[in-house]
Amino acid sequence: MSTRTAGSLRTYLITRVVLFVPQVLVILTIVFVLMRVAPGDPVTVALGGQRSPEQLAQLRAAAGYDRSIFVQYWEYISGIVRFDLGTTIVDSRPVTQIFKVNGGATLTLTSSALVIALLIGVPLGLIAGRVRDTGLDAGLRVFGILTYAAPVFFLGLIFQLVFARNLGWLPSSSQASPLVLARVPSETNIFLVDALLAGDSAAFWNGVQHLILPALTLGLLLSGVFMRIVRINLIQTLRSDYVEAARARGVSEGNVVIRHAFRNALVPFVTILGLQVALLLGGAILTEQTFNWNGIGSQLVRYLDSRDYVAVQGIITLVALAVVTASLLIDIINAIIDPRVRY
Amino acid sequence: MTEPVISVRDLRVWYGSERGPVRAVDGVTFDLRPGETLGLVGESGCGKSTLGRGVLGLLPRGAKLAGEVNYEGRNLVTASPKAIQRLRGPDLGLIFQEPLTRLNPLLRISDQFEETLRTHEPGLSKQDIRHRSIEVLRAMGIPPTRYRAYPHEFSGGMRQRIMIALALVLRPSFVVADEPTTALDVLVEAQIIGILGDLRRNFDTSLLFITHNLGIVAEACDRVAVMYAGRIVEQGPVTEVFARPQHPYTRELLRSTISLSTTGLHYIPGAPPDLIEPPSGCRFHPRCPSAMRVCPEQFPEQVEVGPQRVECWLHGPDELVPEGGREPLVREEITVADEA
Amino acid sequence: MATVTQPMPGPGRTPVKGSTRVVRLLRGIARPYRNSHGVGRFMLVTGTVLVVLMLLTAVFAPLIATFGFSQVAGADGQRFMNHAEPGAEHIFGTTTQGFDVFSRVVWGARTAVTVVLLALAFSLFLGVLLGLIAGFVGRWVDRVLVMVMDALFALPALLLAIVVAFLLSEYVGGGASTAALAITAVYVPQYFRVVRAATVSAKEQTYVEAARAMGARPATIMFRYLLTNVIQSVPVIATLNAADAILTLAGLGFLGYGIQPTEAAEWGYDLQRAVSDTGAGIWWTGLYPGLAIVLLVMGLTLMGEGLNETMNPAIRVRRLIPISMPELTAAQRTKAAQVPERDRPGQDRPVDTGGEDRNSREPGSGETGKGGAA
Repeated sequence: MSTRTAGSLRTYLITRVVLFVPQVLVILTIVFVLMRVAPGDPVTVALGGQRSPEQLAQLRAAAGYDRSIFVQYWEYISGIVRFDLGTTIVDSRPVTQIFKVNGGATLTLTSSALVIALLIGVPLGLIAGRVRDTGLDAGLRVFGILTYAAPVFFLGLIFQLVFARNLGWLPSSSQASPLVLARVPSETNIFLVDALLAGDSAAFWNGVQHLILPALTLGLLLSGVFMRIVRINLIQTLRSDYVEAARARGVSEGNVVIRHAFRNALVPFVTILGLQVALLLGGAILTEQTFNWNGIGSQLVRYLDSRDYVAVQGIITLVALAVVTASLLIDIINAIIDPRVRY
Repeated sequence: MTEPVISVRDLRVWYGSERGPVRAVDGVTFDLRPGETLGLVGESGCGKSTLGRGVLGLLPRGAKLAGEVNYEGRNLVTASPKAIQRLRGPDLGLIFQEPLTRLNPLLRISDQFEETLRTHEPGLSKQDIRHRSIEVLRAMGIPPTRYRAYPHEFSGGMRQRIMIALALVLRPSFVVADEPTTALDVLVEAQIIGILGDLRRNFDTSLLFITHNLGIVAEACDRVAVMYAGRIVEQGPVTEVFARPQHPYTRELLRSTISLSTTGLHYIPGAPPDLIEPPSGCRFHPRCPSAMRVCPEQFPEQVEVGPQRVECWLHGPDELVPEGGREPLVREEITVADEA
Repeated sequence: MATVTQPMPGPGRTPVKGSTRVVRLLRGIARPYRNSHGVGRFMLVTGTVLVVLMLLTAVFAPLIATFGFSQVAGADGQRFMNHAEPGAEHIFGTTTQGFDVFSRVVWGARTAVTVVLLALAFSLFLGVLLGLIAGFVGRWVDRVLVMVMDALFALPALLLAIVVAFLLSEYVGGGASTAALAITAVYVPQYFRVVRAATVSAKEQTYVEAARAMGARPATIMFRYLLTNVIQSVPVIATLNAADAILTLAGLGFLGYGIQPTEAAEWGYDLQRAVSDTGAGIWWTGLYPGLAIVLLVMGLTLMGEGLNETMNPAIRVRRLIPISMPELTAAQRTKAAQVPERDRPGQDRPVDTGGEDRNSREPGSGETGKGGAA
């Protein structure tokens, strides 16, 4: 057995970060290839029929689509390094601008959904695993399967019907009421933060009310998934040799479960959390559509509808980068909390 | 003679299976005095480990336990789970076979000692805990500097010594050692055996030493119990049993060990018995070279032969053997009958 | 490789003479149902019932549906009312466009089943093929494929499906095959991973070495040994993926990149149209297609998890079988006199014959035996 010194954690982290580069490059290449296999050049696809052939040719040259595919590929990759993802065709906006303006809304939605999912999914998973094969376990599993089986937009629609339309408790669309949205100045482009900066507590409260239904919808979807993962992990941990050994030393059942089983069951869960970021972002696209939430997902759909390849490619690139970065961060966190991680 | 620390009477441990109950331990009786080491030997799958766990009440869900395990005037079989849990650690210890997976990988060695000591002696100060843990670890040859290390930073042999230290830090009076050296190499094995020997000399700990290595039994045990198909078929002082085995199974087992003087490999023909439907009468009769007509018919009585206790019709009692029961068993008849 | 639960004596294990391939296949399908128990069996059976009901709806859609999926007028030429509440003529009501909700839900089952079956077939074919190639050929082919598949796996599934559907719609338009191909792109990496891992480990197995030593051709080895090995883990993944595929299809439809409304009825599209209805309190246009998705996905998930529970040894639940433990017989019991205090006076022992002992034990084992077969 190797004896690990403080240095090996550093070695692991360096290796992991170095591996990150080719991983990103492969993903970017796939995105580029995907977007280029489509027929026609992006400018013609987006604006064909709306402009004269001369104007189109001019736009094509300006965007660099008359050059060879390799030059374009190089432009794409080097652009990303400079954080330049091109300019949208339909409304001539830098793609990074989309993230600056609409990223805050998506971040608010996904992070609050993640918190909700963790608060619901992890405790329920621990309970279900602890009482496995009982009626309570069966009930919790049905809950897990139901939240997974109900598409977010269906769940959102039911919530809108019940809580917004029938009970009238909560608003059902947008990030805040139109008048409130207009009166809060955009500083960070994260509405709740802006409201706080402006010292407008009424606007903040209005924003929170608007956030509840979408965040709950997306959070419930993830909570079922989290619950299932935590449950299985706990069941396997409770069967492990060291849990039996702790029992053999007379460690009380409560301590066995909390100190030995729960902690050890949550470590693999953290590893899997990296993969759930993709699910979270995918769900966010649908949730934003359902609740008319003006985030990245809504923008993606808007640019898809107007067939703006540059915007679509830019958004996908950044989402992919976000997913890969998130999984890098998760791996680093994991290396710190689990002393065994070695490469 | 001193009173036994632990005395097991007619202990049975059965598991449920699709085909019917698995009689892993089926009526076992033995005693252990303070400082005494009893070796428990037998082929794999004969119920050795189950017996060790059963004594401590550490059985998987669905296992059924019956009989008596008397410890300090109490029958552990009928005691409440809470009561047994309190005894595990300070009174009853268990050393496992696989040192690599038995320590919680996320907790430092110090945490695992603290937890064990705190559970049973809540009044201890942090200083005392540290002092006592390091003391035991030192005795096992683990330097105090490693006290705050994680399990994965130790070799297999070191981890086994840490496991033993964890089991011994509370000075239990009875310890089950379930093949503690099987996963280790020979040098480490000798070390561990030495440590266990010191233990009973210094603390009067009684040890149930489960192993399939007869060499270790000869070296480290006072008495030996030979297990076959859930029953102890012969038990007695090690020297006597090894010099004059009375049960044919013991004889065969001893013959099949490899020593420097071994010229050929000996093995016991036939498969280990089915614990769901064990053979009728004496469970060893299908493989026994000295089987008689009575053997498949009736369950053998326990008889005393010198200092040993044996379960075998060869040793009588004569008044129970029916007419003609001493005729050698004609084996073909039985196999045909079994298949019919 | 994980084999199905071991000790079930019966025809499944001992092949009867003259049993055909079909019989063996049927037995293979029945095995998880016979071997499961408890919650696992409940999930498996409930899931299967739901899935079968949905399959029947899909197959007999023309008989079940009261109207066509894009029909807006009755046989008498009278146009349906828009947003009609559920009633006698339209039991689930009508939509904004005047479609009959019940009929669209029924036809939607046919669309969902068609697309998912197509997608499963495509992704199984591609995933298994690429996985076998990567695992068997190794070297740079393996490395490149693994890199590409990992990258695809890292992308949000829905995003990938949207992009593929978006690009394909330029070539082939928005039909069932476009949707199926978009979904295929999402699931190929999963099959690839499983098959590749199994191939790599199976390649090391001695029996492949043995087959090679006996002079079997590489192709024979690949398909005879590896495929049969890999095929065991596929049912669980395929069932769970089918559930996920239904959701992806609905997501595509909801965003408008699925099947065009004129080509077929699709639940996701119907839900998209229903979102704007909620403000007016119109619940029937969204509720029924949504419930249809929930039921089908739930059925497939229950089935997949139930299968997993019976086939995956890591999480398989050992059934707790009640044991009746009869009293020890006198001969087996240790006599007080024999336990070590030798100075105790000998006692009279009741003598039982071993034969009788065995008989007295039989009822106990018979009871539990019955429990095992139930």
